Amino acid sequence: MADTTQPHRSVTTKNWYARNEIAITPWLFLVPAMIMFSLYVIWPIGQSFYISMFKWDGLLPVSQSGEFVGLANYEKLLTRDPAFKVSMWNNAKWLLFYLLAIPGGLFIALFLNQTVTGIRLYKSLFFFPFVISQIVVGLVFTWFYDPTFGLFNGLIGVFGFDPVNVLGNPKLATYGIIAAGLWPQTAYCMILYLTGLNSVDPEQVEAARLDGAKGLKMLWFVILPQLRPATFIAFVVTIIGALRSFDLISIMTNGGPFGSTRVLSFYMFEKSLSEYGFKMGYGAAIAVILFLIMLLFIGYFLFRMYQDEKEAR
Amino acid sequence: MFPKPIEKSSRGVQYTYQALLPVALLLWLAPLIAVALFAVRPAVDFTTGNYWGMPSTFQFFENFGQVINSSMPRYILNSFMITIPTVIGAVALSAMAGFALGVYKFKANLLLFFMFIAGNFVPFQILMVPVRDLTLELGLYNTKTGLVLFHIAFQTGFCTLFMRNFIKALPFELVEAARVEGIREWQIFWYVVLPLMKPALAALSVLIFTFIWNDYFWAIVLTQGENAQPVTAGITSFNAQFRAMYHLMRAGSIVAPLPPVAMFFLMQKHFIAGLTLGAVK
Repeated sequence: MADTTQPHRSVTTKNWYARNEIAITPWLFLVPAMIMFSLYVIWPIGQSFYISMFKWDGLLPVSQSGEFVGLANYEKLLTRDPAFKVSMWNNAKWLLFYLLAIPGGLFIALFLNQTVTGIRLYKSLFFFPFVISQIVVGLVFTWFYDPTFGLFNGLIGVFGFDPVNVLGNPKLATYGIIAAGLWPQTAYCMILYLTGLNSVDPEQVEAARLDGAKGLKMLWFVILPQLRPATFIAFVVTIIGALRSFDLISIMTNGGPFGSTRVLSFYMFEKSLSEYGFKMGYGAAIAVILFLIMLLFIGYFLFRMYQDEKEAR
Repeated sequence: MFPKPIEKSSRGVQYTYQALLPVALLLWLAPLIAVALFAVRPAVDFTTGNYWGMPSTFQFFENFGQVINSSMPRYILNSFMITIPTVIGAVALSAMAGFALGVYKFKANLLLFFMFIAGNFVPFQILMVPVRDLTLELGLYNTKTGLVLFHIAFQTGFCTLFMRNFIKALPFELVEAARVEGIREWQIFWYVVLPLMKPALAALSVLIFTFIWNDYFWAIVLTQGENAQPVTAGITSFNAQFRAMYHLMRAGSIVAPLPPVAMFFLMQKHFIAGLTLGAVK
């Protein structure tokens, strides 16, 4: 073959690999990650879609003990399952109220964005809840809400309120769990905004100040537009976090009282693997619906990222 | 700088701010502080209803000693044995994949990249049944290896996103210069790109360590019992064992998250660099 096509390479023996090195190398580097990712992430997604069309107890392979039922699982879910409806509603509450972490995080970031002595330690201590696992956060808040010796009832008692059993009340329990989830999530958003505030252009701020802008007006028209990358990431991680909520529910109420705190992710687990029996096909159908909801958001995020990529080129 | 630096305000405002800081922090961490206060109480305080007064005796060493003599250290050891191989595996795989996606131009590049990102966002539940089956088939159910393999695969998505963006931001001339010198492509990875990736490697290691340490869902799906479960799952059996022994449950929940907490305070800069995804410049 023509050696002259690659004059810059001073290789004496030009075998097939040497000639195609630039084309082949990326694939060699990608293979391990792609194998693992396909085996454990991509392929299982497809399998879940498949399993969701069976009635299956999961004991033998689905080809042996599964009974093909078509879309019956979905039909039952969407029309005849009150627990599914409750889960959907709770997911909606999670999505809506979890977003409070974004303004909350911004507020704390603005409060802490100063340079007094010791501020670094304050920032890390405010961020601290995010480092602890959700399981421990769940325990901490279960004890916080405890009707006999919880700090929460102690605090509202000071203002003359009667003790409230937050997690034992079907009307309140979900909000109680969301509040617990907001604690680390707000910390996360705070750190995103603190990093963002660091890179706000000081000249623009000074210029706006000379023009008489200050306070909320300054924040809205000058600062927030510059914080857009931080807001975007905060939005992504908060939405994903809201739809992934599982640990807190599992540890704080285990879906109760009377199934009032179930969300799709928890309900799916309950149906597939809990003492109520192994309804893997039905569980897979719940997972598919959760996946499709998530896909709407993922699609939007990817679209935004794709736009950024195009600009970068 | 926004908001206006406090030094430019009057003395009064400055003092108010400095007094407000510890108060705000105290309120923010109040639920946690309450746990810490309970953890040093003796059991008798709970039967006599002395929740918020002075502890009748101060039992720091007794309570934490009992935690150390329980199955807790076993669970913590399991957590380390799951977390460390996962960090190494995920960082290695994603450094390579990130190099491929960040340096080379080929048709499927962006598609593969977006596949990794999308996979990282999917709900765990859509993977649960098939991954559990796969782990059972491989004979790895209820082993640390089974958990590690899954974690490596899943974390590779997020890590590749991070690594690729980091490599993409490096000056491409370095690679071109190396090519002109006639260096092999894999050597470009090893001698040119990898040394420059140290901050990214550190950031990801700290972050993945925390993520995996804190995982609960996969721990209860893929393992059961003392010989494989990490501390997040173990703490529920710990609490069942010490039911109604409030002080010990609290002491346990302080011990369980210590490693990632220590990691965070020691390597804060890397941790935060990782969290902000490098997207906030």
